[in-house]
Amino acid sequence: MFYIYCPYCEEHREEEEFHVVGQAHIDRPLDPDSLSDAEWAKYLYMRKNTRGLYQEQWLHAIGCRKFFNMTRDTVTYEIKETYKVGEQPTVV
Amino acid sequence: MSDIAVMDQVPDSQEVNAKAESPLFHIGAGINTHKDANSAGVLLQEDKLAGHLLIRGNRDDEAFNIAINNVLGTGLPKTLQCIYVDELSIRWVSPDEWLVICAGDKVYELEKRLRAAVQGHYAIVNVSGGQTLLVLSGDNVRDVLMKSTAYDVDDSNFPVGKVVTSTLAKSQAIICRRNEDVWELVIRRSFADYIWLWLEDASREFGLVVNSK
Repeated sequence: MFYIYCPYCEEHREEEEFHVVGQAHIDRPLDPDSLSDAEWAKYLYMRKNTRGLYQEQWLHAIGCRKFFNMTRDTVTYEIKETYKVGEQPTVV
Repeated sequence: MSDIAVMDQVPDSQEVNAKAESPLFHIGAGINTHKDANSAGVLLQEDKLAGHLLIRGNRDDEAFNIAINNVLGTGLPKTLQCIYVDELSIRWVSPDEWLVICAGDKVYELEKRLRAAVQGHYAIVNVSGGQTLLVLSGDNVRDVLMKSTAYDVDDSNFPVGKVVTSTLAKSQAIICRRNEDVWELVIRRSFADYIWLWLEDASREFGLVVNSK
């Protein structure tokens, strides 16, 4: 089980309280109407499957109910850092 | 005053013949698992039909803080803190969200005063009907919580005045430590019966007395 630091609650909590929400830092298109179907599908569905350091979103579902970001190593499962939405990772 | 319709959810029973039942109205003193209140390890009491107000706003907005302070008589608690003043308790829920609990017949007045005082981008919602407050006291409350939540309830991690939202049994609760031996749970109405059955079972070995008020 992960022991995850919530940047909003400012302490570590059990993984049980969290949900993973997928890849982080995906920008919503500013003008969705101008996208081709392929570009829209890419935005909606295409995700990285990185081996190594990976930025993903998590939700503190049973807690403060805030979304935040995490940098995690997909090989070792080591959590490098967690940071608030709107911030950039320091470990890349 | 914002242009939002507010409603007295506990109307004067003289004028309106409304029947109100707490989520745990069926729990009476008759189902104690322990005879003697003095030797029971756990005393459980539901704070029935209390007023629950959820306040949302920007903590960094000074006007918001001042307005809230003027009405509540205290500032909003910081991360994972709860405050008790007079007849009110205020719990931190998330960085922009606080839960105020007061007497059920005072909540309408409090909501109107808050709405009159606070300006700008904020939200106040009366959630009294959706949840209830359980007060657990006694020497063995911590033992019951250790069986019920994944959160660390040791003194070093859970001092008096702390509040966390965490798992409780297969549900969740806002867990708050009021005193050394007094813990409070804010639970969902729809899970109230399940959590009651869980707590009854978990506290049986220590002796449980239900204090109905």
